[in-house]
Amino acid sequence: MAAREPAPEHVALLEKLIGALKTRGILTEEQLAAKKAATEKASPETGARMVARAWTDPAFRQRLITDGTAAAEEFGISLAGNPPLGVLEDTAELHHLVVCTLCSCYPRVVLGFPPHWYKSAAYRARAVRDPRGVLAEWGTMIPAGTQIRVVDSTADYRWMVLPVRPEGTEGWSEERLATLLGAEELVGVALPKLAQAKAA
Amino acid sequence: MDIQPAPTHHDLGGNPKYRCTAVEPENPALNDFDKRVDALRVVLREKGLITTDEQRLKIESLPPEEYFGLSYYEKWLKAMAAVLVSRGIVTWDEVS
Repeated sequence: MAAREPAPEHVALLEKLIGALKTRGILTEEQLAAKKAATEKASPETGARMVARAWTDPAFRQRLITDGTAAAEEFGISLAGNPPLGVLEDTAELHHLVVCTLCSCYPRVVLGFPPHWYKSAAYRARAVRDPRGVLAEWGTMIPAGTQIRVVDSTADYRWMVLPVRPEGTEGWSEERLATLLGAEELVGVALPKLAQAKAA
Repeated sequence: MDIQPAPTHHDLGGNPKYRCTAVEPENPALNDFDKRVDALRVVLREKGLITTDEQRLKIESLPPEEYFGLSYYEKWLKAMAAVLVSRGIVTWDEVS
């Protein structure tokens, strides 16, 4: 399924804008192509690898919780020019859910592009008022005794969830554990599940 | 007395209007237009010709019918064009 196509007037606006910038020597088609190629590669893979390492390496787990930005740098990811990354540690008693009520703030460098639903008005409005109802739409049931803490990502600070490692994954490699994690698990709308292991 | 102003239209946290609107869990792939707008933003940002906050302000300044009616990247494009015009980098005549 593809995203909605833009109105013809907006396609025209984009090309006029690009044309004007090229005329002034500000922009080349090659520069655009290079950035577009980077877009095609964006994914939640780095975030998944960071969580998988935290599940297997207690020292890294501590560093990840203390300073997400520095932990990302251990994976060769620089957050220079981006807001800091905060990591929210789930436990049996506490589940985290991330939203950006004002727009679409999202730790792109580790999670790729914000998903369509993350940017939707319904998610932004309801995540803070009815988080359990929102989670139910993904089939995610958090036990009544578990507290849910909703955290607002902003232009100045971006958040990612460190979920609880699922049972039945004892002895798994970091690489295999990472296959349990995608954008939904790292934002907190879904829990990592063995039956839903994503393709590596 | 509570004199807190009403939230502006982009401030959606807890907005009761969407209380009964389901979140569609789909995540459609970006189309070529979306990717091209995104690429343009990255280039402009790296060249210091636009900041995230300037772009955000212009998105938030869109009238509600456009804020809720346009696609995500259509809004980005309109906001980027507005920033570049207000900085005097391009003129309205060139882009309209």
